Amino acid sequence: MTLEVLAVDDSRTMRNMIKLALEPEGFTVHTADDGVHGTEVLQGIAPDVIITDINMPRMDGLEFIDIVRARTTHRTTPILVLTTESGNDLKLRARKAGATGWIVKPFDPAKLIKALRMVAG
Amino acid sequence: MTSPDPMAEIRASFFIECEELLEAMQDGLQQLEDGLHDSETINVVFRAVHSIKGGAGAFGLEQMVRFAHRFETVLDGVRAGTLAISPDLMKLFFRAGDHLSDIVRASRDDDDVPQGEVLAAELDAHISADAGEEAEEEIDFQPMGIALDLDLPALDLEDAPPLWRITFAPEADMYESGSEAFPILKALADLGDADVTCDTSSVPPLAELAPESAYLSWRIDLRTQVDEAEIRSVFEFVEGLCAVTVERVDDAASELDVPEDIAVPDLPPEDAPSLDRPGQDPMATAETASKRPATTGSTPAAKTVVRVDLDRIERLVNLVGELVINQAMLSQSLESAGLSPHSDAMNGLDEFQRLTRDIQDSVMMIRAQPVKPLFQRMSRIVRESSAAVGKDVRLLTDGDATEVDKTVIERLADPLTHMIRNAVDHGLEAPHARAEAGKSPEGTVKLSAAHRSGRVVIEVSDDGAGINRPKVQQIAMDKGLIPTDAVLSDGEIDNLLFLPGFSTASSVSDLSGRGVGMDVVKTAIQSLGGRIAITSVPGAGTTFSISLPLTLAVLDGMVVNVAEETLVVPLNVVAETLTLSDDTIDEVEPGAQVVRVRGGFVPLFDLGQALGYRTDPGNLTGSVALLISQEDGSRAALIVDEIQDQRQVVIKGLDDAFCRSPGIAAATILGDGQIALIIDPSDIIAHAPKGVAAAPTSLRLEA
Repeated sequence: MTLEVLAVDDSRTMRNMIKLALEPEGFTVHTADDGVHGTEVLQGIAPDVIITDINMPRMDGLEFIDIVRARTTHRTTPILVLTTESGNDLKLRARKAGATGWIVKPFDPAKLIKALRMVAG
Repeated sequence: MTSPDPMAEIRASFFIECEELLEAMQDGLQQLEDGLHDSETINVVFRAVHSIKGGAGAFGLEQMVRFAHRFETVLDGVRAGTLAISPDLMKLFFRAGDHLSDIVRASRDDDDVPQGEVLAAELDAHISADAGEEAEEEIDFQPMGIALDLDLPALDLEDAPPLWRITFAPEADMYESGSEAFPILKALADLGDADVTCDTSSVPPLAELAPESAYLSWRIDLRTQVDEAEIRSVFEFVEGLCAVTVERVDDAASELDVPEDIAVPDLPPEDAPSLDRPGQDPMATAETASKRPATTGSTPAAKTVVRVDLDRIERLVNLVGELVINQAMLSQSLESAGLSPHSDAMNGLDEFQRLTRDIQDSVMMIRAQPVKPLFQRMSRIVRESSAAVGKDVRLLTDGDATEVDKTVIERLADPLTHMIRNAVDHGLEAPHARAEAGKSPEGTVKLSAAHRSGRVVIEVSDDGAGINRPKVQQIAMDKGLIPTDAVLSDGEIDNLLFLPGFSTASSVSDLSGRGVGMDVVKTAIQSLGGRIAITSVPGAGTTFSISLPLTLAVLDGMVVNVAEETLVVPLNVVAETLTLSDDTIDEVEPGAQVVRVRGGFVPLFDLGQALGYRTDPGNLTGSVALLISQEDGSRAALIVDEIQDQRQVVIKGLDDAFCRSPGIAAATILGDGQIALIIDPSDIIAHAPKGVAAAPTSLRLEA
């Protein structure tokens, strides 16, 4: 099962790592630099899963999730939070914003793929 | 993946990104230092360090992760308002930033990563106790690629795998967060042999059914080798959003100490009734969402940047050079074909020439980069050198968005470093002397860049005591650089600083006195086609002003004829041109001639002779001399037969096969297709044959 994914992260390195992990699996990976960019990219695509960083310039991940969830087209799109912070507090806030799950950086490619397949059903 | 090692490529791009992040960090720190303490500024610094940490973790760069984490934790304290910004803290931040840069660069180059335990301890001192705990815990990064099903169940090696009974009852909130029951059931089925039963008993009659509620629950009987933790991990994302029980039910279970019905731990129940969750009230959320662009719109939009291999740009620059030459050739041949200047062909050619020039300028702009990273490096030099000499120094920068050719920037780093050190070490007075002079104890060094009439002007100024001219003159006399009876103007005395072997520091300090004087700085600037000037006001400070060409790929040159050869002399060294006549030339000794210029004597050199084109220039009357202003402030005149033109030429480097010939800097192709050498006048004068080179020193100063 291959998926169409949108990865939102302000770190080019992280975006590249995600692409490197997913593209060989046949996934289609779209990327965006931050939340604002992410919402723009989402105008044109309907990904199976969205992966987002939390701490980003212009618009952070929580606000991004909030906006995505408010759009009827992406109301049920699974969103995975990819973050270096593993604290429960953050998980809670991410979930409050509407995140489906989270992956802690640095991520294990196999685990990321597993999580993506899991949330995408 | 076309690249053989995508990981190496990503690693390389990570380090490039690090440089950008470090730059953003420096910027942010500078803004904090300047008193801009708003949350976004702190956030920018935090984010930069955070991103570096994130990437470093992915590449297993543990020391980088550790240090970045410490730094980040302290920054987080500021962000959270538990730590107040103080001058001392800012100093620590700057040092930490420098250290992080060092770690990044050492890691990139596979060098030994600097330790910096003292710095780490200082950072730790600012980490509050509870944050510290978290730090320890979080620092323990998992290596990549860890196996998921690492541990085999210890007890269940015999026949059938144990049986687990799992109940799973999602709450409505679970669906709100984008989770579905089906993938979870599927993930459980993947763990072993699963028997799934759906409980529909809670589903109300259709009329009472609320579409956003959850009514279904499941019971899964799972035969698997994995342990309970692994089973529970399937529910990781939906913890708190559903009721889950996991229980071991097979025969063996009765003898084992199996935990009873376990309630789902962790997430507090107050999370459940989430009124603020999107979807609950789409209209309200949409409204807040639509307001957002207004608030985020104030931040500048991200620039779109394309990364291009430098080789490709070089190729383009070269091709454009060829285009310029070709265009010039075409002009010449059309002109010599006798076409009217008002003909269509000539008009078209004019347009072509204009376009060519525009293309050339645009291509040169590709190579241009802002001087900002260079200036940032200088702020570090100021910090380190001021600390070393015990002075309190503030660096002000201006115009750091000014763009200059990449090569110029790279080659400017060393001379600029030296000048900054000089300014801190020699330019600024010691704190007590500043106090006596009624100045602020904090000295200021200002670094600025600006475009001025097609060149870049970079200034380094200090608000120190200015040049001590009597002292400078005395030292120059003591060192035999000038005659003891020389009468010098202020400007001339200031320029003595550029003489080789001059150093005003009475003791060789750790910093600037490394045997490198301002003469080396001047040489470096001149090798870039630049000029350096000095101005000083006693008691108020000294300013060094560097003027540089915008690019090294083209040069404003004077095209001259010498012994039927065509040569190009860089225009920036030609101070003026003279026509020689009998009564202006004097022979001070056989073979050594000078020309009188406004009462002073300037040694004469024949360019043809110097380059071996001829042995005797013949009668000099009517010849043209180019007055060359030399780096040491002295002047010399180069004899040429004729001046053809002044024009911009495209510099073509000479291949190594041509060896390095004294006096020749590079070559160019002229409009008529002819190849012309670009000469280096200073080098010619330095290598000039016999007596002429030994022009008396005294003449220089009278000139």
